[in-house]
Amino acid sequence: MSSEEARHLFFQTHMATKSCMSSQVSVDEQKKRENIRSLTMSGHVGFESLPDQLVNRSIQQGFCFNILCVGETGIGKSTLIDTLFNTNFEDHESSHFCPHVRLKAQTYELQESNVRLKLTIVNTVGFGDQINKEESYQPIVDYIDAQFEAYLQEELKIKRSLFNYHDSRVHACLYFISPTGHSLKTLDLLAMKSLDSKVNIIPVIAKADAISKTELQKFKIKLMSELVSNGVQIYQFPTDDETVAKINASMNGHLPFAVVGSMDEVKVGNKLVKARQYPWGIVQVENENHCDFVKLREMLICTNMEDLREQTHTRHYELYRRCKLEEMGFSDVGPENKPLSLQETYEAKRHQIYGERQRKEEEMKQMFVQRVKEKEAILKEAERELQAKFEHLKRVHQEERMKLEEKRRLLEEEIISFSKKKATSEIYQNQTFMGSNLKKDKDRKNSNFM
Amino acid sequence: MDPPRQCPSPSSSRPISPRTPSCETLGYVGIEAVLDQMKIKAMKMGFEFNIMVVGQSGLGKSTMVNTLFKSKIWKSTPSGLALGPIPQTLQLHSVTHVIEEKGVKLKLTVTDTPGFGDQINNDKCLRPLDIEFLQRLCRTVNVVPVIARADSLTMEEREDFRRRIQHNLRTHSIDVYPQECFDEDINDKILNCKIRERIPFAVVGADREHVVNGRCVLGRKTKWGIVEVENMKHCEFPLLRDLLIRSHLQDLKDITHNVHYENYRVGRLNESHMLPRGPGWVTLDPAPANSPALPGPSKVCRWAQDTPSEEY
Repeated sequence: MSSEEARHLFFQTHMATKSCMSSQVSVDEQKKRENIRSLTMSGHVGFESLPDQLVNRSIQQGFCFNILCVGETGIGKSTLIDTLFNTNFEDHESSHFCPHVRLKAQTYELQESNVRLKLTIVNTVGFGDQINKEESYQPIVDYIDAQFEAYLQEELKIKRSLFNYHDSRVHACLYFISPTGHSLKTLDLLAMKSLDSKVNIIPVIAKADAISKTELQKFKIKLMSELVSNGVQIYQFPTDDETVAKINASMNGHLPFAVVGSMDEVKVGNKLVKARQYPWGIVQVENENHCDFVKLREMLICTNMEDLREQTHTRHYELYRRCKLEEMGFSDVGPENKPLSLQETYEAKRHQIYGERQRKEEEMKQMFVQRVKEKEAILKEAERELQAKFEHLKRVHQEERMKLEEKRRLLEEEIISFSKKKATSEIYQNQTFMGSNLKKDKDRKNSNFM
Repeated sequence: MDPPRQCPSPSSSRPISPRTPSCETLGYVGIEAVLDQMKIKAMKMGFEFNIMVVGQSGLGKSTMVNTLFKSKIWKSTPSGLALGPIPQTLQLHSVTHVIEEKGVKLKLTVTDTPGFGDQINNDKCLRPLDIEFLQRLCRTVNVVPVIARADSLTMEEREDFRRRIQHNLRTHSIDVYPQECFDEDINDKILNCKIRERIPFAVVGADREHVVNGRCVLGRKTKWGIVEVENMKHCEFPLLRDLLIRSHLQDLKDITHNVHYENYRVGRLNESHMLPRGPGWVTLDPAPANSPALPGPSKVCRWAQDTPSEEY
């Protein structure tokens, strides 16, 4: 509590004596450019309450903060987040056998006095467990891009509600470095290199109680030099505003923070403090001699949360947006270097697409007509053939019929002549038979008489 | 259908979304320090405010602005008006100043409209010109009506006039600031109802100081006494000043940004789908003065009419 009160007091006294000198120069230049006069007022108007009005509105709206934790399984990401926000977020231990990196995002509502914070923690599950390094960090890059894309989509909507939009863009990436004491792993370098233009990276040395103090110093120096020599741009605490310049500059010199996380409480002296108990001693989380946890909390939450959000929006998101829009074919400058408005580009594109569509429609129409014609011709041909066949068959039938008729006629004539012959032969036979029968009878009779 | 507008007003509370679990912190974290961070950022960037004053010439608009911001924003009679005939067309005249108070910088832009309605005369109620103008204005900007030169009315006449104007506004569905449809909760309603009861404020502007009872006050000296600008018994200038500057300035900006601008944007984007454009045509048509007939100000204030979007 006392550090917070001290900070408030410091802020108030500073504001009262602030002379705005550093910003005065740029404001003067801008004013000259815009031809604006500075006026002095003759009395009290009352707009000094403006920052309070702004703050009140923000209090109602609530704040949004999204942290992405990147680090191997078991390195202490969840514990550190719990400790940072002094809460037991529900989470289960992850397994080491994940085939792919999964990003698990969870949103919580925290409240401290009248400030409501919508905090989203994104955890990387299975990071570093893959054989192919690219498979480790690509899902993370994809996730960050997806959040930018969602925001861009909302921004480009016709009916949009940006003030209502739950901003899911990642504001800070805590990158957990293993406390090997030697150097950065290849995976770490590759991952950070691919993330540094998309998100504010804050590297931390995890499980810092595993390194001794002297080793830690050397480790930090080695890490920073490796980052610099590989061109990795980590987040620097801003030093342009006088109120925080000094403390931020000094903290920049302590990067990367060596942290220890713990929600277990151990009795030290007559107080219960968060600590890790070993047989040889107690590592106190909030003791600045033991680790840099307090520094991390100060920098991440108390001093620079707003700057992290602003950098995300004005630098990382703008870069993404610019690339995306250029990809889509939009440009601020048209042919002959004349400035183009989005509307003009859009209209030109629309016209182009419309023209293409017309052309394609014509093509399709032509093709369709052509094919119909061909089909028609084929069908006509088939019809003709069929007709010819039919005629032929008909003729053949008729010939056959005539032949048959002829044969029938002949046959009938034969039958008639045959029946005539038969008739005459029968008569003749009858006569002979009668005669023979009579003779037979006579003979019999004669024989009987004998 | 569209949810009620959720842009916050000076005092309200938003319900926590049921889907995100609420967590209890077990001790101090430092989240509230973000408020200080915001203040620092705001003080560094400074604030902006753009205000337009509309009314007949001679009503004391320039003096009023000078009184509000306690500085010579305008010379009391803008040059060009004192000489020559009244301009036939409305010419807008903008001036920007930067004023500072206790470390807070405000870039103030004041736009004057000399020549508005100078042809017609009235003093009993809102004229048809005023009504038409207010109806259109209320859909695009936050309007605060003000009874000017209130020192020429007695207190009873003032109340009478005020009631008549309020009645006029209600009859013609003119939604002035603070708009009822944007009241978020009961606190808002109470606060804004008090304001709405007193609108239009009867104000007097003055940029000279006089001595009254040993105090130095801003006022207008007349033969029958000194009208003190900041005395609530004399005129309602303090109410106007408090509304505009001390309590609702941020809210005015929020509504302009989240509602009026968004409405305009929807309208413009929809338009561009419908107008035919040829290749190589790069100049933009000015937006049409009138959108197609809209049902009523409350709906319009929140969202632009749903026009079926063309296939593109």
